[in-house]
Amino acid sequence: MAFTLLAHQDATLVDVVLRSLGVSALASLLACVLGLGLGAWMGVHRFNGEAWMVAVLHSLLALPSVVVGLVVYLLLSRQGPLGFLGWLFSLKAMVLAQTVLVLPVVVALSRQCIRGAQERLGEQLQSIGLTASWRAMVLVWDERQVLLSVILTAFGRAVSEVGAVMVVGGNIEGFTRVMTTSIALETSKGDLPMALALGGVLMAVVLLLNALVSVLHWSQGRRQHLGQAQSQSQSQAQDLVHDVTQATLSKKRGGRS
Amino acid sequence: MSTLDSGRTPPQKSTSGHSQQRAVNPVLSLKGVSCELNGFRALKDLNFELYPHERLALVGSNGSGKTTLLKLLHGLIEPQSGELTWHQPLKQAMLFQRPQMLNTSVTNHVALAFVAKGLGWGAARYAALELLAQVGLLGRAQHDAKTLSIGQQQRLSLARAWALEPEVLFLDEPTASLDPASKQQVEEMIEQWTHAARPNEPTTPLSPVQSINSRTWILSSHNLGQVKRLASRVIYLEQGCIHADLPVWEFFNTPLAQTHPKAHAFLQGELI
Repeated sequence: MAFTLLAHQDATLVDVVLRSLGVSALASLLACVLGLGLGAWMGVHRFNGEAWMVAVLHSLLALPSVVVGLVVYLLLSRQGPLGFLGWLFSLKAMVLAQTVLVLPVVVALSRQCIRGAQERLGEQLQSIGLTASWRAMVLVWDERQVLLSVILTAFGRAVSEVGAVMVVGGNIEGFTRVMTTSIALETSKGDLPMALALGGVLMAVVLLLNALVSVLHWSQGRRQHLGQAQSQSQSQAQDLVHDVTQATLSKKRGGRS
Repeated sequence: MSTLDSGRTPPQKSTSGHSQQRAVNPVLSLKGVSCELNGFRALKDLNFELYPHERLALVGSNGSGKTTLLKLLHGLIEPQSGELTWHQPLKQAMLFQRPQMLNTSVTNHVALAFVAKGLGWGAARYAALELLAQVGLLGRAQHDAKTLSIGQQQRLSLARAWALEPEVLFLDEPTASLDPASKQQVEEMIEQWTHAARPNEPTTPLSPVQSINSRTWILSSHNLGQVKRLASRVIYLEQGCIHADLPVWEFFNTPLAQTHPKAHAFLQGELI
Protein backbone atom coordinates (compact mmCIF):
# COMPACT_ATOMS: atom_id res chain seq x y z
CA MET A 1 0.00 0.00 0.00
CA ALA A 2 2.81 2.39 0.92
CA PHE A 3 4.59 1.56 -2.34
CA THR A 4 1.35 2.13 -4.26
CA LEU A 5 1.02 5.60 -2.74
CA LEU A 6 4.60 6.39 -3.70
CA ALA A 7 4.32 4.85 -7.16
CA HIS A 8 1.12 6.70 -7.99
CA GLN A 9 2.42 9.95 -6.54
CA ASP A 10 -0.61 10.36 -4.31
CA ALA A 11 -1.69 14.02 -4.37
CA THR A 12 -1.91 14.33 -0.57
CA LEU A 13 1.47 12.74 -0.16
CA VAL A 14 3.12 14.97 -2.77
CA ASP A 15 1.48 18.03 -1.23
CA VAL A 16 2.82 17.18 2.23
CA VAL A 17 6.32 16.34 0.93
CA LEU A 18 6.62 19.57 -1.08
CA ARG A 19 5.37 21.69 1.82
CA SER A 20 7.77 19.99 4.18
CA LEU A 21 10.76 20.49 1.89
CA GLY A 22 9.77 24.11 1.18
CA VAL A 23 9.39 25.08 4.84
CA SER A 24 12.65 23.40 5.85
CA ALA A 25 14.57 24.82 2.88
CA LEU A 26 13.40 28.37 3.65
CA ALA A 27 14.18 27.96 7.36
CA SER A 28 17.64 26.59 6.55
CA LEU A 29 18.27 29.44 4.12
CA LEU A 30 17.35 32.06 6.74
CA ALA A 31 19.40 30.29 9.41
CA CYS A 32 22.38 30.12 7.06
CA VAL A 33 22.20 33.79 6.06
CA LEU A 34 22.18 34.79 9.74
CA GLY A 35 24.22 31.92 11.12
CA LEU A 36 27.09 31.88 8.64
CA GLY A 37 27.60 35.63 9.11
CA LEU A 38 27.50 35.38 12.89
CA GLY A 39 29.63 32.23 12.94
CA ALA A 40 32.24 33.80 10.65
CA TRP A 41 32.31 36.96 12.79
CA MET A 42 32.79 34.89 15.95
CA GLY A 43 35.45 32.85 14.15
CA VAL A 44 37.72 35.79 13.33
CA HIS A 45 37.16 37.87 16.50
CA ARG A 46 38.12 37.22 20.10
CA PHE A 47 36.01 39.03 22.64
CA ASN A 48 35.22 39.14 26.35
CA GLY A 49 32.74 36.47 27.39
CA GLU A 50 33.53 34.37 24.33
CA ALA A 51 33.96 31.12 26.31
CA TRP A 52 30.63 31.69 28.03
CA MET A 53 28.92 32.41 24.72
CA VAL A 54 30.39 29.31 23.07
CA ALA A 55 29.22 27.16 26.00
CA VAL A 56 25.67 28.51 25.60
CA LEU A 57 25.86 27.98 21.85
CA HIS A 58 26.93 24.38 22.28
CA SER A 59 24.11 23.81 24.77
CA LEU A 60 21.66 25.13 22.21
CA LEU A 61 22.78 22.42 19.77
CA ALA A 62 20.74 19.98 21.84
CA LEU A 63 17.75 22.32 22.06
CA PRO A 64 14.56 20.21 22.24
CA SER A 65 12.35 21.09 19.30
CA VAL A 66 9.21 21.05 21.44
CA VAL A 67 10.73 23.73 23.67
CA VAL A 68 11.50 25.83 20.59
CA GLY A 69 7.90 25.31 19.49
CA LEU A 70 6.65 26.42 22.88
CA VAL A 71 8.81 29.56 22.94
CA VAL A 72 7.83 30.54 19.40
CA TYR A 73 4.19 29.78 20.26
CA LEU A 74 4.37 32.15 23.25
CA LEU A 75 6.01 34.82 21.09
CA LEU A 76 3.39 34.55 18.36
CA SER A 77 0.33 34.00 20.51
CA ARG A 78 -2.19 36.84 20.67
CA GLN A 79 -0.83 38.10 24.02
CA GLY A 80 2.82 37.57 22.96
CA PRO A 81 5.22 40.30 21.80
CA LEU A 82 4.88 39.18 18.16
CA GLY A 83 1.16 38.44 18.36
CA PHE A 84 0.35 41.40 16.14
CA LEU A 85 1.90 39.53 13.18
CA GLY A 86 -0.89 36.95 13.23
CA TRP A 87 1.48 34.19 12.18
CA LEU A 88 0.40 31.47 14.62
CA PHE A 89 -0.72 28.24 12.89
CA SER A 90 0.75 29.38 9.58
CA LEU A 91 3.69 28.33 7.42
CA LYS A 92 5.50 31.52 8.51
CA ALA A 93 5.37 30.37 12.14
CA MET A 94 6.74 26.98 11.12
CA VAL A 95 9.60 28.60 9.19
CA LEU A 96 10.35 30.83 12.18
CA ALA A 97 10.39 27.87 14.59
CA GLN A 98 12.66 25.79 12.38
CA THR A 99 14.96 28.78 11.82
CA VAL A 100 15.31 29.22 15.60
CA LEU A 101 15.94 25.49 15.92
CA VAL A 102 18.74 25.22 13.35
CA LEU A 103 20.34 28.65 13.86
CA PRO A 104 22.55 27.45 16.77
CA VAL A 105 23.66 24.49 14.65
CA VAL A 106 24.78 26.78 11.82
CA VAL A 107 26.43 29.33 14.13
CA ALA A 108 28.28 26.76 16.26
CA LEU A 109 29.56 24.64 13.38
CA SER A 110 30.52 27.58 11.15
CA ARG A 111 32.27 29.35 14.09
CA GLN A 112 34.28 26.22 14.77
CA CYS A 113 35.17 25.82 11.10
CA ILE A 114 36.14 29.49 10.59
CA ARG A 115 38.10 29.60 13.88
CA GLY A 116 40.19 26.66 12.70
CA ALA A 117 40.83 28.37 9.37
CA GLN A 118 41.58 31.67 11.15
CA GLU A 119 44.22 30.00 13.32
CA ARG A 120 45.80 28.49 10.23
CA LEU A 121 45.54 31.41 7.81
CA GLY A 122 44.52 34.46 9.86
CA GLU A 123 47.96 35.95 10.40
CA GLN A 124 48.89 35.60 6.73
CA LEU A 125 45.67 37.30 5.64
CA GLN A 126 46.14 40.01 8.25
CA SER A 127 49.70 40.42 7.03
CA ILE A 128 48.57 41.32 3.51
CA GLY A 129 46.31 43.99 4.95
CA LEU A 130 42.89 42.34 4.96
CA THR A 131 40.50 43.69 7.58
CA ALA A 132 38.60 41.34 9.89
CA SER A 133 35.48 41.56 7.68
CA TRP A 134 37.51 40.72 4.59
CA ARG A 135 39.22 37.88 6.41
CA ALA A 136 35.85 36.48 7.45
CA MET A 137 34.63 36.57 3.83
CA VAL A 138 37.82 35.00 2.47
CA LEU A 139 37.72 32.25 5.09
CA VAL A 140 34.03 31.52 4.40
CA TRP A 141 34.91 31.13 0.73
CA ASP A 142 37.95 29.03 1.60
CA GLU A 143 35.90 26.69 3.81
CA ARG A 144 32.97 26.60 1.40
CA GLN A 145 32.86 22.83 1.16
CA VAL A 146 32.79 22.32 4.90
CA LEU A 147 30.18 25.06 5.22
CA LEU A 148 28.07 23.38 2.56
CA SER A 149 28.09 20.32 4.80
CA VAL A 150 26.92 22.57 7.63
CA ILE A 151 24.04 23.83 5.49
CA LEU A 152 23.01 20.27 4.58
CA THR A 153 23.23 19.25 8.25
CA ALA A 154 20.99 22.19 9.17
CA PHE A 155 18.47 21.20 6.50
CA GLY A 156 18.52 17.60 7.75
CA ARG A 157 17.80 18.78 11.30
CA ALA A 158 14.97 21.05 10.12
CA VAL A 159 13.24 18.56 7.84
CA SER A 160 13.29 15.76 10.40
CA GLU A 161 11.98 17.62 13.46
CA VAL A 162 8.36 17.28 14.54
CA GLY A 163 7.78 19.03 17.87
CA ALA A 164 8.19 22.67 16.91
CA VAL A 165 6.14 22.61 13.71
CA MET A 166 3.41 20.62 15.46
CA VAL A 167 3.09 23.23 18.21
CA VAL A 168 3.25 26.40 16.08
CA GLY A 169 1.76 25.01 12.86
CA GLY A 170 -1.10 23.01 14.32
CA ASN A 171 -0.83 20.23 11.70
CA ILE A 172 -3.75 21.63 9.68
CA GLU A 173 -4.53 19.43 6.67
CA GLY A 174 -3.67 21.04 3.36
CA PHE A 175 -2.21 24.06 5.07
CA THR A 176 0.44 23.39 7.74
CA ARG A 177 0.73 19.60 7.60
CA VAL A 178 4.27 18.44 6.85
CA MET A 179 5.90 15.02 6.63
CA THR A 180 6.83 14.57 10.30
CA THR A 181 3.53 15.82 11.72
CA SER A 182 1.65 13.79 9.13
CA ILE A 183 3.55 10.61 10.06
CA ALA A 184 2.71 11.16 13.75
CA LEU A 185 -0.95 11.75 12.94
CA GLU A 186 -1.39 8.90 10.43
CA THR A 187 0.32 6.47 12.85
CA SER A 188 -2.00 7.48 15.68
CA LYS A 189 -4.98 7.05 13.30
CA GLY A 190 -3.72 3.63 12.23
CA ASP A 191 -3.21 4.65 8.57
CA LEU A 192 0.13 2.90 8.39
CA PRO A 193 0.56 2.88 4.58
CA MET A 194 0.52 6.68 4.41
CA ALA A 195 2.81 6.91 7.47
CA LEU A 196 5.20 4.40 5.95
CA ALA A 197 5.19 6.13 2.55
CA LEU A 198 5.99 9.49 4.20
CA GLY A 199 8.56 7.81 6.43
CA GLY A 200 10.19 6.34 3.34
CA VAL A 201 10.39 9.75 1.64
CA LEU A 202 11.78 11.34 4.80
CA MET A 203 14.40 8.62 5.15
CA ALA A 204 15.32 9.05 1.47
CA VAL A 205 15.76 12.80 1.95
CA VAL A 206 17.93 12.35 5.04
CA LEU A 207 20.03 9.61 3.40
CA LEU A 208 20.44 11.70 0.27
CA LEU A 209 21.70 14.63 2.34
CA ASN A 210 24.17 12.41 4.19
CA ALA A 211 25.34 10.94 0.89
CA LEU A 212 25.85 14.46 -0.49
CA VAL A 213 27.93 15.46 2.54
CA SER A 214 30.05 12.30 2.16
CA VAL A 215 30.54 12.91 -1.57
CA LEU A 216 31.63 16.50 -0.86
CA HIS A 217 34.24 15.35 1.66
CA TRP A 218 35.41 12.57 -0.63
CA SER A 219 35.73 14.84 -3.69
CA GLN A 220 37.65 17.46 -1.69
CA GLY A 221 40.13 14.85 -0.47
CA ARG A 222 40.45 13.29 -3.90
CA ARG A 223 41.05 16.61 -5.67
CA GLN A 224 43.86 17.50 -3.29
CA HIS A 225 45.33 14.01 -3.59
CA LEU A 226 45.22 14.17 -7.40
CA GLY A 227 46.69 17.67 -7.42
CA GLN A 228 49.58 16.60 -5.19
CA ALA A 229 50.18 13.49 -7.28
CA GLN A 230 50.20 15.63 -10.45
CA SER A 231 52.60 18.09 -8.85
CA GLN A 232 54.87 15.26 -7.71
CA SER A 233 54.87 13.59 -11.12
CA GLN A 234 55.74 16.92 -12.78
CA SER A 235 58.62 17.41 -10.35
CA GLN A 236 59.80 13.83 -10.95
CA ALA A 237 59.62 14.39 -14.71
CA GLN A 238 61.72 17.55 -14.35
CA ASP A 239 64.24 15.63 -12.22
CA LEU A 240 64.35 12.86 -14.82
CA VAL A 241 64.96 15.34 -17.65
CA HIS A 242 67.68 16.95 -15.55
CA ASP A 243 69.35 13.56 -14.80
CA VAL A 244 69.17 12.44 -18.46
CA THR A 245 70.65 15.76 -19.62
CA GLN A 246 73.48 15.49 -17.08
CA ALA A 247 74.17 11.86 -18.07
CA THR A 248 74.24 12.76 -21.77
CA LEU A 249 76.61 15.67 -21.14
CA SER A 250 78.88 13.43 -19.04
CA LYS A 251 78.97 10.82 -21.81
CA LYS A 252 79.85 13.46 -24.40
CA ARG A 253 82.63 14.79 -22.18
CA GLY A 254 83.88 11.25 -21.63
CA GLY A 255 83.83 10.53 -25.36
CA ARG A 256 85.89 13.64 -26.12
CA SER A 257 88.51 12.81 -23.50
CA MET B 1 88.83 27.37 10.22
CA SER B 2 85.08 27.08 9.93
CA THR B 3 83.48 27.89 6.62
CA LEU B 4 81.68 30.68 8.42
CA ASP B 5 84.94 32.31 9.35
CA SER B 6 85.94 32.83 5.79
CA GLY B 7 84.47 35.32 3.38
CA ARG B 8 83.71 38.92 4.05
CA THR B 9 86.23 41.48 5.06
CA PRO B 10 85.64 43.55 8.17
CA PRO B 11 84.02 46.99 7.85
CA GLN B 12 86.17 50.07 8.42
CA LYS B 13 84.89 50.41 11.93
CA SER B 14 82.61 48.07 13.77
CA THR B 15 79.68 49.36 15.74
CA SER B 16 77.36 47.72 18.16
CA GLY B 17 73.77 47.80 16.95
CA HIS B 18 72.29 50.31 19.34
CA SER B 19 75.12 51.55 21.48
CA GLN B 20 76.49 54.15 19.10
CA GLN B 21 74.90 57.26 17.75
CA ARG B 22 74.30 56.98 13.99
CA ALA B 23 74.19 59.64 11.37
CA VAL B 24 70.71 58.78 10.17
CA ASN B 25 67.36 58.64 11.88
CA PRO B 26 66.01 55.20 12.70
CA VAL B 27 62.88 53.92 10.99
CA LEU B 28 61.92 51.90 14.04
CA SER B 29 62.58 52.20 17.78
CA LEU B 30 61.84 49.80 20.61
CA LYS B 31 62.09 51.08 24.17
CA GLY B 32 61.56 48.61 27.01
CA VAL B 33 59.19 46.47 24.96
CA SER B 34 57.82 43.33 26.61
CA CYS B 35 55.27 40.92 25.27
CA GLU B 36 53.25 38.12 26.83
CA LEU B 37 51.69 35.20 24.98
CA ASN B 38 49.17 33.08 26.88
CA GLY B 39 50.59 34.20 30.19
CA PHE B 40 54.18 33.46 29.12
CA ARG B 41 56.57 36.44 28.91
CA ALA B 42 57.95 35.81 25.42
CA LEU B 43 59.86 39.10 25.04
CA LYS B 44 61.47 41.01 27.88
CA ASP B 45 62.50 44.65 27.93
CA LEU B 46 63.76 44.92 24.35
CA ASN B 47 65.61 48.04 23.29
CA PHE B 48 66.96 48.58 19.80
CA GLU B 49 66.59 50.69 16.71
CA LEU B 50 66.33 49.74 13.07
CA TYR B 51 67.92 52.01 10.46
CA PRO B 52 67.20 52.40 6.75
CA HIS B 53 68.93 49.86 4.50
CA GLU B 54 69.70 47.49 7.36
CA ARG B 55 69.40 43.74 6.90
CA LEU B 56 68.84 42.54 10.42
CA ALA B 57 69.04 38.87 11.35
CA LEU B 58 67.50 37.51 14.54
CA VAL B 59 69.26 34.39 15.75
CA GLY B 60 68.74 32.19 18.77
CA SER B 61 67.56 28.77 19.75
CA ASN B 62 63.96 27.55 19.46
CA GLY B 63 61.63 29.45 21.78
CA SER B 64 63.99 32.41 22.14
CA GLY B 65 61.31 34.81 20.83
CA LYS B 66 62.42 35.41 17.23
CA THR B 67 59.03 34.75 15.61
CA THR B 68 57.20 36.62 18.36
CA LEU B 69 59.46 39.63 17.81
CA LEU B 70 58.83 39.55 14.05
CA LYS B 71 55.06 39.37 14.59
CA LEU B 72 55.27 42.18 17.11
CA LEU B 73 57.19 44.44 14.72
CA HIS B 74 54.78 43.57 11.89
CA GLY B 75 51.81 44.47 14.07
CA LEU B 76 50.28 41.02 14.30
CA ILE B 77 50.54 41.11 18.09
CA GLU B 78 50.65 43.99 20.56
CA PRO B 79 53.30 44.67 23.22
CA GLN B 80 52.11 44.58 26.83
CA SER B 81 54.55 47.28 27.90
CA GLY B 82 57.16 49.58 26.43
CA GLU B 83 57.14 51.70 23.33
CA LEU B 84 57.34 50.47 19.75
CA THR B 85 57.53 53.34 17.28
CA TRP B 86 57.67 53.33 13.49
CA HIS B 87 59.06 56.77 12.71
CA GLN B 88 57.66 56.79 9.20
CA PRO B 89 54.79 54.85 7.65
CA LEU B 90 56.48 52.04 5.73
CA LYS B 91 54.71 49.41 3.67
CA GLN B 92 55.39 45.99 5.15
CA ALA B 93 55.07 42.35 4.20
CA MET B 94 55.90 39.13 6.00
CA LEU B 95 57.04 35.74 4.79
CA PHE B 96 56.05 32.95 7.16
CA GLN B 97 58.01 29.83 7.96
CA ARG B 98 55.22 27.51 6.88
CA PRO B 99 53.19 29.12 4.11
CA GLN B 100 49.52 28.20 4.42
CA MET B 101 47.58 28.02 1.19
CA LEU B 102 43.94 28.86 0.54
CA ASN B 103 41.67 26.48 -1.36
CA THR B 104 42.08 28.48 -4.54
CA SER B 105 44.31 28.91 -7.55
CA VAL B 106 47.88 30.16 -7.50
CA THR B 107 46.80 33.33 -9.37
CA ASN B 108 44.03 34.11 -6.89
CA HIS B 109 46.50 33.88 -4.04
CA VAL B 110 48.54 36.77 -5.37
CA ALA B 111 45.48 38.61 -6.68
CA LEU B 112 44.09 38.74 -3.15
CA ALA B 113 47.04 40.90 -2.07
CA PHE B 114 46.33 43.34 -4.92
CA VAL B 115 42.64 43.39 -3.95
CA ALA B 116 43.68 44.22 -0.37
CA LYS B 117 45.55 47.20 -1.88
CA GLY B 118 42.36 48.34 -3.58
CA LEU B 119 42.64 46.92 -7.10
CA GLY B 120 39.59 45.44 -8.86
CA TRP B 121 39.52 41.66 -9.22
CA GLY B 122 40.27 41.61 -12.97
CA ALA B 123 43.20 44.01 -12.72
CA ALA B 124 44.45 42.16 -9.64
CA ARG B 125 44.52 38.84 -11.48
CA TYR B 126 46.36 40.42 -14.42
CA ALA B 127 48.94 42.00 -12.11
CA ALA B 128 49.29 38.69 -10.27
CA LEU B 129 50.35 36.94 -13.49
CA GLU B 130 53.28 39.36 -13.91
CA LEU B 131 54.54 38.56 -10.43
CA LEU B 132 54.05 34.84 -10.94
CA ALA B 133 56.28 35.09 -14.00
CA GLN B 134 58.94 36.78 -11.84
CA VAL B 135 58.98 33.90 -9.36
CA GLY B 136 58.80 31.21 -12.05
CA LEU B 137 55.28 30.04 -11.30
CA LEU B 138 53.45 31.27 -14.39
CA GLY B 139 53.09 27.70 -15.64
CA ARG B 140 51.27 26.83 -12.42
CA ALA B 141 49.03 29.92 -12.44
CA GLN B 142 45.77 27.98 -12.71
CA HIS B 143 46.77 25.14 -10.38
CA ASP B 144 45.34 24.70 -6.91
CA ALA B 145 47.87 26.38 -4.61
CA LYS B 146 47.69 23.48 -2.14
CA THR B 147 49.14 21.14 -4.75
CA LEU B 148 52.42 23.11 -5.00
CA SER B 149 55.56 21.82 -3.33
CA ILE B 150 56.75 23.62 -0.18
CA GLY B 151 59.44 25.43 -2.18
CA GLN B 152 56.91 26.59 -4.76
CA GLN B 153 54.53 27.65 -2.00
CA GLN B 154 57.28 29.77 -0.48
CA ARG B 155 57.95 31.38 -3.89
CA LEU B 156 54.22 32.02 -4.20
CA SER B 157 54.31 33.67 -0.77
CA LEU B 158 57.17 35.84 -2.03
CA ALA B 159 55.09 36.88 -5.06
CA ARG B 160 52.25 37.80 -2.71
CA ALA B 161 54.68 39.81 -0.60
CA TRP B 162 56.03 41.62 -3.71
CA ALA B 163 52.42 42.54 -4.59
CA LEU B 164 52.34 44.70 -1.48
CA GLU B 165 55.46 46.62 -2.67
CA PRO B 166 56.97 46.42 0.82
CA GLU B 167 59.55 48.86 2.07
CA VAL B 168 60.29 46.55 5.00
CA LEU B 169 60.14 42.78 4.74
CA PHE B 170 59.84 40.36 7.67
CA LEU B 171 61.22 36.91 6.97
CA ASP B 172 60.44 34.17 9.48
CA GLU B 173 62.84 31.31 8.73
CA PRO B 174 61.80 31.46 5.07
CA THR B 175 63.96 28.54 3.97
CA ALA B 176 63.69 26.36 7.08
CA SER B 177 61.89 23.40 5.51
CA LEU B 178 63.18 23.70 1.94
CA ASP B 179 65.54 21.45 0.00
CA PRO B 180 68.90 23.02 -1.04
CA ALA B 181 67.72 23.94 -4.55
CA SER B 182 64.54 25.62 -3.31
CA LYS B 183 66.52 27.29 -0.54
CA GLN B 184 68.88 28.78 -3.11
CA GLN B 185 65.99 29.99 -5.29
CA VAL B 186 64.25 31.70 -2.38
CA GLU B 187 67.51 33.25 -1.16
CA GLU B 188 68.25 34.57 -4.67
CA MET B 189 64.80 36.12 -4.90
CA ILE B 190 65.24 37.82 -1.53
CA GLU B 191 68.66 39.05 -2.63
CA GLN B 192 67.24 40.39 -5.90
CA TRP B 193 64.53 42.25 -4.03
CA THR B 194 67.04 43.52 -1.47
CA HIS B 195 69.29 45.06 -4.07
CA ALA B 196 66.66 46.13 -6.62
CA ALA B 197 66.94 49.76 -7.63
CA ARG B 198 64.39 52.03 -6.10
CA PRO B 199 63.41 55.28 -7.75
CA ASN B 200 63.11 58.46 -5.64
CA GLU B 201 65.04 56.95 -2.75
CA PRO B 202 66.53 59.74 -0.62
CA THR B 203 70.26 59.39 -0.17
CA THR B 204 71.38 59.41 3.46
CA PRO B 205 74.74 58.98 5.19
CA LEU B 206 75.20 55.33 6.04
CA SER B 207 76.79 53.45 8.89
CA PRO B 208 79.16 50.54 8.25
CA VAL B 209 76.31 48.04 8.65
CA GLN B 210 74.26 49.64 5.92
CA SER B 211 74.54 49.29 2.20
CA ILE B 212 73.43 52.02 -0.17
CA ASN B 213 71.64 49.62 -2.44
CA SER B 214 69.93 47.37 0.02
CA ARG B 215 66.36 47.43 1.20
CA THR B 216 65.43 46.92 4.83
CA TRP B 217 64.46 43.51 6.10
CA ILE B 218 64.41 41.52 9.32
CA LEU B 219 65.11 37.83 9.11
CA SER B 220 64.86 35.11 11.73
CA SER B 221 67.01 32.09 10.97
CA HIS B 222 68.78 29.10 12.44
CA ASN B 223 71.00 28.95 9.39
CA LEU B 224 74.12 30.89 10.37
CA GLY B 225 75.60 30.54 6.91
CA GLN B 226 72.53 32.21 5.50
CA VAL B 227 72.73 34.95 8.13
CA LYS B 228 76.35 35.57 7.19
CA ARG B 229 75.52 35.64 3.46
CA LEU B 230 72.51 37.94 3.66
CA ALA B 231 72.50 40.05 6.80
CA SER B 232 74.32 43.23 7.77
CA ARG B 233 73.51 43.12 11.49
CA VAL B 234 72.74 40.35 13.97
CA ILE B 235 70.68 40.34 17.14
CA TYR B 236 71.08 37.27 19.35
CA LEU B 237 67.99 36.46 21.43
CA GLU B 238 67.77 34.07 24.35
CA GLN B 239 64.63 33.53 26.43
CA GLY B 240 63.12 36.71 25.06
CA CYS B 241 66.10 38.94 25.89
CA ILE B 242 68.70 40.50 23.59
CA HIS B 243 72.18 39.25 24.49
CA ALA B 244 74.09 40.62 21.50
CA ASP B 245 73.41 43.28 18.88
CA LEU B 246 76.35 43.48 16.48
CA PRO B 247 77.32 44.02 12.86
CA VAL B 248 77.43 40.68 11.10
CA TRP B 249 81.21 40.66 10.61
CA GLU B 250 81.82 41.38 14.28
CA PHE B 251 79.31 38.76 15.40
CA PHE B 252 81.03 35.99 13.48
CA ASN B 253 84.68 37.07 13.46
CA THR B 254 85.52 38.60 16.82
CA PRO B 255 85.86 36.83 20.15
CA LEU B 256 82.58 37.21 22.03
CA ALA B 257 83.40 35.13 25.12
CA GLN B 258 84.10 38.19 27.29
CA THR B 259 81.71 40.72 25.86
CA HIS B 260 78.73 38.53 24.87
CA PRO B 261 79.15 35.16 26.66
CA LYS B 262 75.69 33.80 25.81
CA ALA B 263 76.08 34.60 22.12
CA HIS B 264 79.54 33.02 22.26
CA ALA B 265 78.11 29.83 23.80
CA PHE B 266 75.40 29.74 21.13
CA LEU B 267 77.92 30.09 18.34
CA GLN B 268 80.13 27.41 19.87
CA GLY B 269 77.17 25.07 19.98
CA GLU B 270 76.11 25.89 16.45
CA LEU B 271 79.57 25.60 14.95
CA ILE B 272 80.63 22.32 16.56
